[in-house]
Amino acid sequence: MEKQKLIHTFGALAELGHEVAHKQNFQEMIRTSLHLLLGSLAIMRGGVARYSRFGHELNMLVIRGLGEEFPLTLSLCDEDERQFLTNGLAPIEVAQAKVLPFFQIYDRSFEKKRVELLVPLVIRNEIVGVILLGEKANGEPYSAYDLEIICAMSRHIGVGIAQRNLMAELERRAEENRKLYEDLRTTYKDTVKAFATAIDCKDKYTEGHSVRVGKYSEIIAEELGWDENEVEGAAVAGYLHDVGKLTVERNIINAPYRINAKESAELNKHPAVGYEILLPIHHPYADVPLAAKYHHERLDGRGYPDGLFDKEIPYIAKIVNLADSFDAMTTDRPYKRRRPANEIIEDLQRNSGKQFAPELVTAFFKGMLKELTGENKDKRFRRLLGRDYMETEGIIPMLKNALNGISPTSSLTLVSLD
Amino acid sequence: MNTNIIIRAEGEKAVVYASDYLNKLSGETIERECRRQLDMGCKMLVVNFAETEIVNSIGISILLGVIDAAQNAGAKVIFSDVKAETIELFEMLGLTNHVMLN
Repeated sequence: MEKQKLIHTFGALAELGHEVAHKQNFQEMIRTSLHLLLGSLAIMRGGVARYSRFGHELNMLVIRGLGEEFPLTLSLCDEDERQFLTNGLAPIEVAQAKVLPFFQIYDRSFEKKRVELLVPLVIRNEIVGVILLGEKANGEPYSAYDLEIICAMSRHIGVGIAQRNLMAELERRAEENRKLYEDLRTTYKDTVKAFATAIDCKDKYTEGHSVRVGKYSEIIAEELGWDENEVEGAAVAGYLHDVGKLTVERNIINAPYRINAKESAELNKHPAVGYEILLPIHHPYADVPLAAKYHHERLDGRGYPDGLFDKEIPYIAKIVNLADSFDAMTTDRPYKRRRPANEIIEDLQRNSGKQFAPELVTAFFKGMLKELTGENKDKRFRRLLGRDYMETEGIIPMLKNALNGISPTSSLTLVSLD
Repeated sequence: MNTNIIIRAEGEKAVVYASDYLNKLSGETIERECRRQLDMGCKMLVVNFAETEIVNSIGISILLGVIDAAQNAGAKVIFSDVKAETIELFEMLGLTNHVMLN
């Protein structure tokens, strides 16, 4: 008989250990644990409560045989908590527990349901819960052996609750961090947009230029199949590409004529200055300063400030260069009216492989075509350029022809930079 | 998860077939079915163990739930076709204080 009892009890103990270690669902783990505890010693009724240190209360997670009237929340006071911590993880018989303040409140409920034992679940000096146990099915009092078993099984259940608490705390902190990160990103994006507006304010003829370049860069990146963060990075690079212009004299930027060589040299410093401004800032997108520095470089090496060739030019700078040039061609300047859409398509096609990376021109045309054919409902080009401008007759076939005519790779692609 | 429990109810008597299903958390369904029979006026609840090889702690806990519900409803519980080893376990744990064996 003793052997069978041992096998039965230790089977339950082993199953409980496995349950706590492997069960993904917390509620199921607690329900199964209570079954195993009650079943191991044939205890008629019981319940497992989780302790909330914020509310100073025990919330019943699962009960069996305690009835619907049994309180599901038991409030504890400081004295109860002190006593539980002093007692540690050892079953307290009801006769001893009667001195606890909380017991005096719930005495009747315990008596009615014949609760005989109370086990504080104290794990690493913290109360994580309490187990309540009723009478045994054989009507006998709990033996020292029973109390040992209850203590061992309760420890497992306590660890399970402590693990869950830890996970919940980690999840809460991760969520807090996520929200903080989102707030920071929003602040960053708002700051970038504010900067773009500040840059554009300096030049009354190109009002909104940085914002438009940001939007065009975004469209190109989307068409390239970049992920959400990369697309946002391309937009930011576009918004900030002209930040160096903040240091260029206003009369040069706003000159209502073609500027002379000296003024041009002054203006041409803005990419390098922009790079210096943006470099110390920790951007979520690493290439933002590079876009500012190299957005006037050309694939054929005739750009500035460094006269880089094709693959020497950072990819993001190529995107911003195309977006920037497109906006310059499609907006009125003091010395030049904006050009018709068909001319611009021809220009971009002609300069593909010379000034612009062909795959980027292709991506840009695709984005434009998708909007014109209704495949993309965003209407971003229409909003940025005006409906009439975008709906010029013959644009759609022209774009389709252009897409067929652009070589997918640049003829100037460098094989080696040695 | 198979939740089809075989129950044969006739008048105030209901026979519930425990099977091995009893030894898992899903065995709570058996307890719920027994409670439903008791709520419908069952006064003699027979739990048949013919297909039950062993009963573990979860099974004992579920059976204690059935016994408790039956006691509250004033019904008798009979365990039938119980294997000898399981009878020993029931006796050792005191379940036989609350049920009749058949």
